[in-house]
Amino acid sequence: MTGTWEFRLSGSGGQGLILAGVILADAAVREGKNAVQSQSYGPEARGGASKAEVIISLDEIDYPKVGVPDVVLVMSQEAADKYAPAVKKNGLVVVDSTYVKRLPPVPGRVYSFPISRLAKERMGKELVANALALGILVGLTGAVSPQAVKEALLARVPKGSEAQNLQALELGLELAAAQAMKASA
Amino acid sequence: MSGPAGVARLMQGNEAVVEGALAAGVRFFAGYPITPSTEIAELMAERLPLVGGKFIQMEDEIASMAAVIGASLAGLKALTATSGPGFSLKQENIGYAAMAEIPCVIVNVQRWGPSTGIPTAPAQGDVMQARWGTHGDHPVIALCPSSVREAFDLTVRAVNLAEKYRVPVILLMDEVVGHMRERVVLPPPEEVEVVERKKPRVPPGDYYPYRPDEDGVPPMANFGDGYRYHVTGLVHDEKGNPTTDPRVAEELLLRLHRKIYDHLDDILSVERYMLEDAEVAVVAYGAVARAARRAVKEARAAGINAGLLRPVTIWPFPEREVAELAQRVRLVVVAEMNLGQLRLEVERAVGGRAAVKGIHRVSGELITVEEILAALREVPEHA
Repeated sequence: MTGTWEFRLSGSGGQGLILAGVILADAAVREGKNAVQSQSYGPEARGGASKAEVIISLDEIDYPKVGVPDVVLVMSQEAADKYAPAVKKNGLVVVDSTYVKRLPPVPGRVYSFPISRLAKERMGKELVANALALGILVGLTGAVSPQAVKEALLARVPKGSEAQNLQALELGLELAAAQAMKASA
Repeated sequence: MSGPAGVARLMQGNEAVVEGALAAGVRFFAGYPITPSTEIAELMAERLPLVGGKFIQMEDEIASMAAVIGASLAGLKALTATSGPGFSLKQENIGYAAMAEIPCVIVNVQRWGPSTGIPTAPAQGDVMQARWGTHGDHPVIALCPSSVREAFDLTVRAVNLAEKYRVPVILLMDEVVGHMRERVVLPPPEEVEVVERKKPRVPPGDYYPYRPDEDGVPPMANFGDGYRYHVTGLVHDEKGNPTTDPRVAEELLLRLHRKIYDHLDDILSVERYMLEDAEVAVVAYGAVARAARRAVKEARAAGINAGLLRPVTIWPFPEREVAELAQRVRLVVVAEMNLGQLRLEVERAVGGRAAVKGIHRVSGELITVEEILAALREVPEHA
């Protein structure tokens, strides 16, 4: 990795986006990188717009907020409308097609997966869609290593949910790898 | 979970406050949880019992401040955490702590106000409330962290200053610093300087609870240790008994000020960044100082000799430091998430020797690097 990665993870409250952001930043710190994670959300515990931002850098990170990110994850239609267009040129937009039906024009590359549906079908729990999404993000960017993100995930998810979360993360990594194969074929 | 010192880890600002409080010896927390400070109460509830401390969730902020005062009088280092609406409620008892000289720390993680405002949005609108929120001519100390590591360090320092000078100390955070997580390495416990309050060196019969030592600070006996004395918010003599004697009243209030203002060298701290040859400077604190630091770097890269003066101690205001700065630069840009609360202080200290320009944002969003950079580019020809 060179330079700095800026991520914006967006969707609805309750989708676990802040936790996904925390795990991503934690993974970077485990690898000896600098990382800052910040968030914005409404007062509700569920529903409402939710957004987590992560900056990963080998340099000191002064400004803790993300401007125009390299990578955007959108897990709701509202988030797609609001945040998908605001990505760097040649950046990545990862879309949860379970909830995002219309994607506005974006300057970056788009990767679309039915993230929430896959979590529900394969892991039996939509709750782990955040871990699945995280696997995709890590797999597509290589911003942190799969090993570091696994360690961070196991340290941060609620006790008793480790196995399901890890499965979801690994599925995400596989989906990203398959996508990369397709791109290079 | 606390995790080992000396190891890099990802930590939230509010979490670092808890680590700092525990490292400084805080063993009592009373509070009423409020966004964006709630994690402090949650973690204190988890951690304090493990070190023999006490956590109480009170019925409201007024009562929690009263409980903190009581615990401190009984000999424990005590801390509470809140945000704007709760900070308003605590003010009456903060004044009591100032008057009765009871050490305590109040963490205020600032959010958008007035009133309940936006609970999850950052602001710096409580700068003047930290100074003058409670009535009367009271001295106060307020510290302002701008990183997670500094949230730890300044919590330790806040506790130390409270114990040393027997004053309420306010840790004036903002939502950005409170909620953000970043890489941090905490010092091992043996490297953390911890101050204990002065205890009486005389038997109970000879103890004058409000007779100061040369430093202006009276030794403080724990309630329950046999030193029986009267504690009141009324003007009191050295015995602690109420009086309306004008000379006693004036001497008391002057001493409360002297014990702080005679020790500014110990209490004040600022960070100076690239100021040696600066022609323009930013004054910023809390999370905004991070935008300012970046703006200074970018200004330098663009050939502008910019620097940053960051008040770490915000009250008492570091006016000598700002006055010195004003003699050397042409422009001082004050950036803050309010409509100019600290700018007024800066203007007073600058005293017309340099131009002062404010960048004020009250949208509930952090001021951007670009906003500060744009202001630094507009250096006046003749200031």
